[in-house]
Amino acid sequence: MEYFVQQLINGVTLGSIYGLIAIGYTMVYGIIGMINFAHGDIFMVSAFIALTVFLIMLAIGVTALPLILLAVLIISMIFTSVWGWTVERMAYRPLRGSFRLAPLITAIGMSITLQNFVQLTQGARVKPLPPQITGGITLMQGDAETGSIVVQLSYMQIIIIVTTVVLMAGFSMLISKTSLGRAQRACEQDAKMASLLGVNVDRTISLTFVMGAALAAVAGVMFLLYYGVIDFYIGFIAGVKAFTAAVLGGIGSLPGAMLGGLAIGLIETFWSGYFSVEYKDVAAFSILAITLIFLPSGLLGKPEVEKV
Amino acid sequence: MTAQNPLLAVEGVETYYGNIIALRGVDIAVFEGEIVTLIGANGAGKSTLMMTICGNPQARKGRIVYDGEDITHLPTHDIMQRSIAQSPEGRRIFPRMTVMENLQMGALVTDGASFDADLQRVFDLFPRLKERQHQRGGTLSGGEQQMLAIGRALMSRPRLLLLDEPSLGLAPMVVKQIFEVIKDLNREEGLTVFLVEQNAFHALRLAHRGYVMVNGQITMSGTGAELLARPEVRAAYLEGGRKEAAE
Ligand SMILES: Nc1ncnc2c1ncn2[C@@H]1O[C@H](COP(=O)(O)OP(=O)(O)OP(=O)(O)O)[C@@H](O)[C@H]1O
Ligand SMILES: [Mg+2]
Repeated sequence: MEYFVQQLINGVTLGSIYGLIAIGYTMVYGIIGMINFAHGDIFMVSAFIALTVFLIMLAIGVTALPLILLAVLIISMIFTSVWGWTVERMAYRPLRGSFRLAPLITAIGMSITLQNFVQLTQGARVKPLPPQITGGITLMQGDAETGSIVVQLSYMQIIIIVTTVVLMAGFSMLISKTSLGRAQRACEQDAKMASLLGVNVDRTISLTFVMGAALAAVAGVMFLLYYGVIDFYIGFIAGVKAFTAAVLGGIGSLPGAMLGGLAIGLIETFWSGYFSVEYKDVAAFSILAITLIFLPSGLLGKPEVEKV
Repeated sequence: MTAQNPLLAVEGVETYYGNIIALRGVDIAVFEGEIVTLIGANGAGKSTLMMTICGNPQARKGRIVYDGEDITHLPTHDIMQRSIAQSPEGRRIFPRMTVMENLQMGALVTDGASFDADLQRVFDLFPRLKERQHQRGGTLSGGEQQMLAIGRALMSRPRLLLLDEPSLGLAPMVVKQIFEVIKDLNREEGLTVFLVEQNAFHALRLAHRGYVMVNGQITMSGTGAELLARPEVRAAYLEGGRKEAAE
């Protein structure tokens, strides 16, 4: 029982991070029908920016943790957003209206470029960050006699889960209630008509990239704080998982991305907890394959055909 | 009429799709307060002209002047900020947005101050839309979608309303209702309307003036009554319309 609860907590935490990244995939797919394969690497870049800012702040003697965290978050979000905007502007926009595979290929190229850029400038080795936020709440006391373990909800996990819930709630509101969100959905459903109503479609697409990148930045910062180690390859792994989450939930669907992220996080954690750590990725991807066979448009995806 | 400058002037416009020419030097003028109709056979280029006015596709030759300003090379979203609205061919309702959200999209170019009054006006014109305001656009009937397309265009408080085949696929009763609405908007609010229609008889009776387009060129123009009287027009475009008028 205790073991189960602990795995559940860990799974939800991991799922939160996947969910935040998955939103970027799903939104970009929704609006221009393209998988932005460089999105995972934007997450990775944000973790590196966060690490750099951390080390600089510590070096210049700033000790107030909340202040450091705020600065790290804001600076990574700004840099990552600019990064996301630039990638869209340089690599994708010139190809809009060209054949469908073209932006997909540049996306992969962009991903490789970002990875190699970070590998070259930051080195290929794993970068550590000493734990910043420690401690937690003990939910269940372990008992040596029955062999049950201590169930801990760490402060870091609380921060990750709360931040994710708040961000997703805010983001859903933005998409469903504001005129910016409506313009985004309009571009997704019929870009030509949106422009006939005065929507600047290119700008809206850029904004979508920026929003996705900003959310990935938050995920990157939290990843760095939670795991304490990063390397140039985390973007690829997390990106593939988050992409899987987006597809599992139904690509193009915002609640789907959140649900899918949670599902992948839980599957991975429980599989590692009860079966074997080595095969956790196999488990996650098998679930994806099975879902797609029976539900081609994902858990919450909209079917391909619709009455217009 | 001819003394003043037209609200919309299309001058020698040529539009291409790739290398294929669709408009071969079109000249049209629409004056403030007029209803002008454009009729022509399938594939003549009517919708292409409507879209060229809105900058998608852009004219390769010639000029489009709106309210004294050359808008030929402006991007579509900039043109649509200038109190021009279009209810395009095929209605293009956002299928996964509610009726209300579709109307809100129409009001995007306004500052929002008059939203409630504009919404009320659209609901007065089309009470059906009020009943269905929470329904998704994609699930409306064809006629309801057409009302929504016109309502959405009106939400932007246009001076010039471009309507591309508002009667397509609708029952005669609904067509009549929509034409009544157009007439009232024009008469009571001075809305300028440029109307593309298959239903030539109704359109020419409604409009102050009309143009006939054949194969990407304007071949005739005149007042509605003049065009209605022309034997070529009757022969080519009025076979279907006359029968309906008898009802
Ligand atoms: N996107 C496009 N690409 C290539 N050719 C096009 C495109 N849109 C229209 N055309 C062609 O341009 C010509 C004019 O088309 P348009 O839609 O303007 O005709 P229309 O007068 O509106 O006809 P209808 O009454 O059937 O709506 C047609 O020959 C059509 O095939
Ligand atoms: Mg047409």
